[in-house]
Amino acid sequence: MKIAAKRPDQSGVVHNSMMRRILWLTLLLMGTSLQAQVSFDRLLRADGEPQNWLMYSGTFKGHRYSDLRQITPDNVRNLEPKWVFQARSLEKFEATPLVVDGVLYTVQPPNDLVALDAQSGRIYWVYSHRPSQLARLCCGRVNRGLAILGDSLFMGTIDGHLVAVNARSGRLLWDVALARPEAGYSLTLAPLVVKDKVIVGPAGGEYGIRGFLAAYDAKTGKEVWRFNTVAGPGEAGRDTWGGDSWKTGGGSIWVTGSYDPESNLTYWGVGNAGPDRNGDSRPGDNLYTASVVALDADTGTLKWHYQFSPHDEFDQDATQIAVLADIRWEGRTRKALLWANRNGFFYVLDRTTGEFLSGKPFVRVTWAEGFDAKGRPNRVPGQEATPAGTLVYPGNQGATNWYNPSFSPRTGLLYVPAWVNYASLFIKRPQTYVEGQYFGGGEGRATDAQGLRTGTNNLRTEDEGYGAILAIDPLTGQRKWEYKMVDFTDAGILTTASDLLFSGGREGDFYALNARTGALLWRFAAGGQVQSGPMTYSIGGRQYVAVNAGNSLYAFALRQ
Amino acid sequence: MVIAALARPSLVAQGLPASVDAQDGQRLYLGACTNCHGPDGASVPGVDLAHGQFRRATSDDEIAEIIRRGIPGTAMPPGNYSTTQAARIVAYLRFLAASGQTTTATGDPARGRAVFEGKGQCLSCHQVRGNGSQLGPDLSDVGRLRRAADLERAIVDPGKDVLPQNRMVNVVTRDGTTTKGRLLHHDTFTVLLLDAHEQLRAFAKSDLRDVAILKTSTKTSYRGKLTPQEIADVVGYLVSLKGAP
Repeated sequence: MKIAAKRPDQSGVVHNSMMRRILWLTLLLMGTSLQAQVSFDRLLRADGEPQNWLMYSGTFKGHRYSDLRQITPDNVRNLEPKWVFQARSLEKFEATPLVVDGVLYTVQPPNDLVALDAQSGRIYWVYSHRPSQLARLCCGRVNRGLAILGDSLFMGTIDGHLVAVNARSGRLLWDVALARPEAGYSLTLAPLVVKDKVIVGPAGGEYGIRGFLAAYDAKTGKEVWRFNTVAGPGEAGRDTWGGDSWKTGGGSIWVTGSYDPESNLTYWGVGNAGPDRNGDSRPGDNLYTASVVALDADTGTLKWHYQFSPHDEFDQDATQIAVLADIRWEGRTRKALLWANRNGFFYVLDRTTGEFLSGKPFVRVTWAEGFDAKGRPNRVPGQEATPAGTLVYPGNQGATNWYNPSFSPRTGLLYVPAWVNYASLFIKRPQTYVEGQYFGGGEGRATDAQGLRTGTNNLRTEDEGYGAILAIDPLTGQRKWEYKMVDFTDAGILTTASDLLFSGGREGDFYALNARTGALLWRFAAGGQVQSGPMTYSIGGRQYVAVNAGNSLYAFALRQ
Repeated sequence: MVIAALARPSLVAQGLPASVDAQDGQRLYLGACTNCHGPDGASVPGVDLAHGQFRRATSDDEIAEIIRRGIPGTAMPPGNYSTTQAARIVAYLRFLAASGQTTTATGDPARGRAVFEGKGQCLSCHQVRGNGSQLGPDLSDVGRLRRAADLERAIVDPGKDVLPQNRMVNVVTRDGTTTKGRLLHHDTFTVLLLDAHEQLRAFAKSDLRDVAILKTSTKTSYRGKLTPQEIADVVGYLVSLKGAP
C-alpha cells in the first residue's frame, strides 16, 4: 500500500492490481448501467464495487465497512478537504450519502434530495419535498438518507410520505402517504430496498403512534405487506399489552434494517414502548417494542424476535443497525447478529433462529444484571422510573443510539460510538393520550446542573460522562480498546480494508484512528458537530471519505 | 436508591430543592415571579410566599389558580402557565416553606458594600457591575437570584460544590509552568481558560503534563473573620444587587 500511495500516475490511477480490477469493474458497470442504473443484483454484490456506496450501511450486512484501501494508516495524515457542500438548512444534517458511478445523492434536511458531482461537489439538481406543517418530530426535522433501485431514488419524509425520484432528472415518480403526520407519524430513516420492494417504517413513538414496517412496490409505491411492530388484535403478542394500550404503543422505526439473502430475512430494530417512561397503562412485555424482528422479506412474516428491554420505561429504543457477521462461536461458525444496544448491553444472537448467545454490558449498566437462560434480562429491584426520579445507567440518550456502529471483517471487531459513565434521573409522570401531543410519560433528566449542554463550551469531567469509540470483541464482549473524547458523540463509524476507522463527535472534529489499536492518526476541526455516519467512495482511482459536520457535507481525499 | 441518594447532597448544598417538580418550579419562579416577589417571596407587603402567607389562597389549587389567572385589579398579572407548570411553582413555594429557613438578618447595604470591597476582599474573586475579578461568579444580580438565607450560608458555611460554569482549572505544561484560571471549555485536544491576569489562554492538551478541573470551591468560611453585624451588612448589600442599576 505504501508503494501504491507513492506512485499515482497523472490521472490519479494507483498502480495496484486490486485498484486496476476495481477500475475495470467500474467501467464495465458504467457501460451496462444505461438500462437500469442499479439492479438488485448490484445491491447484493455492493461489496464488490467499493468505489460506490449503494445503500445506507454500504452493504446489506450493516457493516459500514469498505474494501477501499488507498488511504492507509501511513498516508492518512495527508488527508485534506477537497470540497464542502453547505446545506441551506439549519436542521441537523444526519444523512449518509449514496454514491453511484460518480454521482453523490444526499438529503438536505428536512427533505431536499440533492444530486452532486462527487468529484467537485457541484449540484446537478435538487428535488424538494415540502412537508406538511402538521408534521411532528420529537427529535429534529431530520433525514438519514436514501435508497436506490434501477433509476429510482427513494426518500422517506418527515410528514409520513415515501417518494420515488428519478436519479437522472430529479423528477418525481410517485409519492405515497403512509400515515397521518398530525398523529406524529414521520419517516426519518433511509429506506431499504430488497428485490423489487422498498421497506420503511415510521417514527413517532413519542406521540403515541402504533408503529409498523411496510414494503412498497418500487415501481408503483403500492403497499405489498405490513408488519405491525405493536401487536394488536389477532396478532401474536397481543397479550403483552394490557387493555387498549396497543393502540398507542409506539414501536418506532428510526434506522435502516439489514438483509441476509441466504435466509431472505430482513432484520430491524424497533423503538421504545409508549408512553416512554410510564408503563402503568401498558402492563406486559409490550411486543415488539425495544426488540429486533426478523421478517421474511417477501411477505413481512415474522420469523423470530428478541426483546432487548421487556416493558421498557427508559426510552431504550432498539434504534441500532443490525450487524450481520459470521463468527466462530464455541468451536463452530455461527451466522450471528451483533447488537450493541441503547440499553447498555452488547448482544450476540443467532440470526437464523434468534437464539440468545450472549449479552454483556459494554458501559456501566444499573437497570439489569445478567440474563436468564432464554436471554431475558434480570431487572434490578428499584431501578424504575418514579415520580421523584431514579438514577439509572445508562441515561436517557442511551449507551449508544441511532449513530451507526461498524464491523471490520479484517479485525473481527465491532466498533461502537458510546456514551460512557452516563446516567439520567428517570422521572415518571401521569400521561393521557391526546392525538399529536407529546406522549412521553415523564422525562429522563440530566444529573448535573450543566445538563446536556455540550459542544460549544464543554465543562464536564470524565466521571460525569464522556463519548468514546469502543472496539468490542464479539467473542468475549470485552473492550479491545477505547478511544476517549471529552464530549459525547452522535457520530457513526466507518472502517476500511486498510484498517482505518473514521468517526467524529460533538466536539466538531472528524478523525481517523488505527482500527487495530485505537491510536489517533489524523483529525480535522470541521467546526460543527459530526452527527452522521461517514462513508467512502472512489472516482478515477482517487478515494474520498465524506461526512456531515454542522450543516455541511465534507469530502476528503489525499493531498496530491 | 443508594445511587439516587448519593446524587442529592450537591443539590441541597446549592440551595436547590430535592423534588424534581420543585426544581422546575424554582426555574419558573426565578424566571418571572422574583421580579416582584423577590427570591425570598417576601417583597410584596402582606405576602410572604416562602412562609405560606398568602392573602387570598390557602390550598395548592387556589394558589395555582392565582398563578395562572392573576388577581384582577391588583399588580398580580395572569401568568402564561399550564396547570402542570403552576403546580410546580406551588411545589417550589411549599419547598421554601418546608426548608425551615427563617428570614436572615440583613444589615445596611452601604456598610455591607464597604466590607465587601474592603476587609472581606470579596472583589479578589467576585465582580459586581464591572468592578472586581472575573475568576469567580459575577454577583451583579445575585440579589434577584438568591435568597438572603442562601447568601448568608454561602458566606459562613460555603458548600464545596460549585456550579459547572464556575469551575476552575489548573494546567501544568511539560516544562512545569502552572496556570490556574476559570475553565471556559475543554475537549479532547484543548483547554481554554481565563487566567489570574484575566487573559484568555488556550493550551493544547498534548503540551500539558497535567489538567486538573476543580469541581469544588476553595472558598473558606468567613465565620470569625467578619463580625455577625458585618456579615449581616454584606448580606444586605448582596440582596440589594438586582442587576443593571
